[in-house]
Amino acid sequence: MSAISDQAYLRVLPAQKLPPPAERTGIFNWLRENLLSSPTNIVLTFLCILLFAWAVPPLIRFFLIDAVWSGTDRDACLASPAQMHPGACWAFVRVWVSYFVYGFYPLAERWRVDLFFVALTLGIVWLARLSTPRRDLGALYFFVGLPILSFILLHGAPLIGLPVVPTSLWGGILVTVVVATIGMVFSLPLGILLALGRNSEMPVMKLAAVGFIEFVRGVPLITVLFMASVMLPLFVPEQFAPDKLVRALIGVALFASAYMAEVVRGGLAAVPRGQYEAARALGLTYWRMMGLVILPQALRVTLPNIVNTFIGLFKDTTLVFVVGVFDFLRTVEAARADPKWTTPNTTVTGYAFAALFYFVCCYGMSRYARSVEAHLTRAGRR
Amino acid sequence: MLQIAIVVIIGGLAYGAVYNAALNLSRAHIASGFGFWNNTAGFDISQTLIAYSASTSSFGRAFWVGLLNTLLVAGVGIVLATIAGFVIGIARLSHNWLVARLAGGYVELVRNVPLLLQLLFWYNAVLKSLPLLRGSMALPGGAILNNRGLFLPQPVFAANFSTVVLALVVGIAGAIGLNVWARWRRERTGADPHILWPALASIFGLPLIAFAVAGFPLHFSLPQMGRFNVNGGVEVLPEFAALALALSVYTAAFIAEVVRAGVLAVSHGQTEAAQALGLRSGQTLRLVVLPQAMRVIVPPLTSQYLNLIKNSSLAVVIGYPDLVQVFAGTVLNITGQAVEVIALTMAVYLAISLFTSVVMNLYARATVIAER
Repeated sequence: MSAISDQAYLRVLPAQKLPPPAERTGIFNWLRENLLSSPTNIVLTFLCILLFAWAVPPLIRFFLIDAVWSGTDRDACLASPAQMHPGACWAFVRVWVSYFVYGFYPLAERWRVDLFFVALTLGIVWLARLSTPRRDLGALYFFVGLPILSFILLHGAPLIGLPVVPTSLWGGILVTVVVATIGMVFSLPLGILLALGRNSEMPVMKLAAVGFIEFVRGVPLITVLFMASVMLPLFVPEQFAPDKLVRALIGVALFASAYMAEVVRGGLAAVPRGQYEAARALGLTYWRMMGLVILPQALRVTLPNIVNTFIGLFKDTTLVFVVGVFDFLRTVEAARADPKWTTPNTTVTGYAFAALFYFVCCYGMSRYARSVEAHLTRAGRR
Repeated sequence: MLQIAIVVIIGGLAYGAVYNAALNLSRAHIASGFGFWNNTAGFDISQTLIAYSASTSSFGRAFWVGLLNTLLVAGVGIVLATIAGFVIGIARLSHNWLVARLAGGYVELVRNVPLLLQLLFWYNAVLKSLPLLRGSMALPGGAILNNRGLFLPQPVFAANFSTVVLALVVGIAGAIGLNVWARWRRERTGADPHILWPALASIFGLPLIAFAVAGFPLHFSLPQMGRFNVNGGVEVLPEFAALALALSVYTAAFIAEVVRAGVLAVSHGQTEAAQALGLRSGQTLRLVVLPQAMRVIVPPLTSQYLNLIKNSSLAVVIGYPDLVQVFAGTVLNITGQAVEVIALTMAVYLAISLFTSVVMNLYARATVIAER
């Protein structure tokens, strides 16, 4: 008691927090710190602003202000007295958009494609949202139910009254999505098997898995697609020769599975050794250990990488172009060659539309991967 | 037991495939083996780095032409992508908000659009919309640009040009010697001798002097505008330009991410320590951060290089005569020998990949941090 009263002054309550000094806050300070902190920085800022001023207004003018939004043929998009410098020819995209989505899929049957898109979206949302209930059922739906359902829907089943639509009529975003989805649905299980094989203690398994993975990762996708489209028909009896789309699908799925295997292997390596040992100590067999203990953890930590691999796969679907499958990019290429729409701006507009589609899809997926990663980091810190 | 089953299954599949292939090939009357290798090719190639003619050269020669074209475009792409990638990667970490955002925007935009679409854009939308032959642009230095390609002045070397090359070699050796001396001096005394200017003088000055002494043994043959074509000069095909541009723009975005991750992997204490020692920010980056970051950067950088080499096979879409277009395209169509042609094409890429990963492993072993 006396020790305290000896003090001349003792603070009992914490001091009130003061705001940061005025020169550390506010927009001017932000500008000074982030843009104008040194002569070099001032020059850089100036150059960036110049670049913006040079590039952005013409782009906005071309794609929005001067753009032609409606019309029935090329005349709308050609220079005329009313519009000396017409911009992007969006009218062309509007006229062709149903071809970009469905290809030559018969008009009367297009509801089946729409239904497929809905079923696919359901599967993706079920699996992608980490908080949805029963994601194991979702996985079953996505990897088993959906492929069967899509095949019945898209290809047709005369038994239940759905006429067969041959794959030569499929096209556009439909094919892009089918190739990407099939690639995903087959490459993930195959990739898991390959990764397990690569980590296996059995030399034959290990050799087969390593050989396959390194071989596929060492060659370009185009050669794999060529192989699938030219050599596959040679390797099977003549009457079983698969059609063009199926060959491309096999090529893409095999190619993607090698990359997926490496991603899964990374996830397996991230599971602590103690987990394996504990599972063994409980007397679990190899498959039960993998299925119940190791893989759930491994796949969880590696989910962002799986999504990133899928983004690569989604972009790579454009390569089926070279083996004559009409994916989205191929339909854009076909449409821009239409003499009815030959204008100086058709090509740029078509490519801009395609780029927008791919950008939205891929950027969305990469944002998702990042949010999952942040979620996992938070969960790991707890 | 399981292993034996696997061997039996794989063996069975392989046997079935070979059996069917033999059956199908004999039915289609397609020869097998590499007998076609020495047959006359009979088709033209638009860009040949080695002597080649349709009427006399063999399929084997066409293979080498294609392979060299692949290596050329990949080499140019790698150099450009590395420079751009490092600049953009470091720009993303800039303290300048605008610069960082701009670099980030570039990376996001380029990474999320398929390479094939970008390639088609450069080729069909940019290069094909250049002026026609009649309206060719004359670039400074005598180069000509139109939608058939870029025509550069062709250097013509006189006989005694070799003295200049010799002088250049001596100059580079001198600069390296200077650098060794400067490092020795720094380690002995701590003084940091400024050798930039002497080194530059040695590299560029010596050859220039030799050039003047030898009587300027070099002149350029300028491309001439003809009525139907451009004559003379070195021709850069639009296909080559589009492919090199697309590959370097695309890969630069990935290299930028690799560089950024590498720089971020160097602990912040290193930067602070360097600044505490009084190094300027450029010196900090060059002497402290980058050497450590390189250890993290090089392995993924190599795999980006490999991706670029593999992606150069997209040449087939715009008709640049690379290995895939010439060999797996034209030669395959003429001979019909799919198995041999595709296997050889894949073997080339596989060999490049395996060779690179062996070199990479050696590098990784050489740069392991010596832990105390």
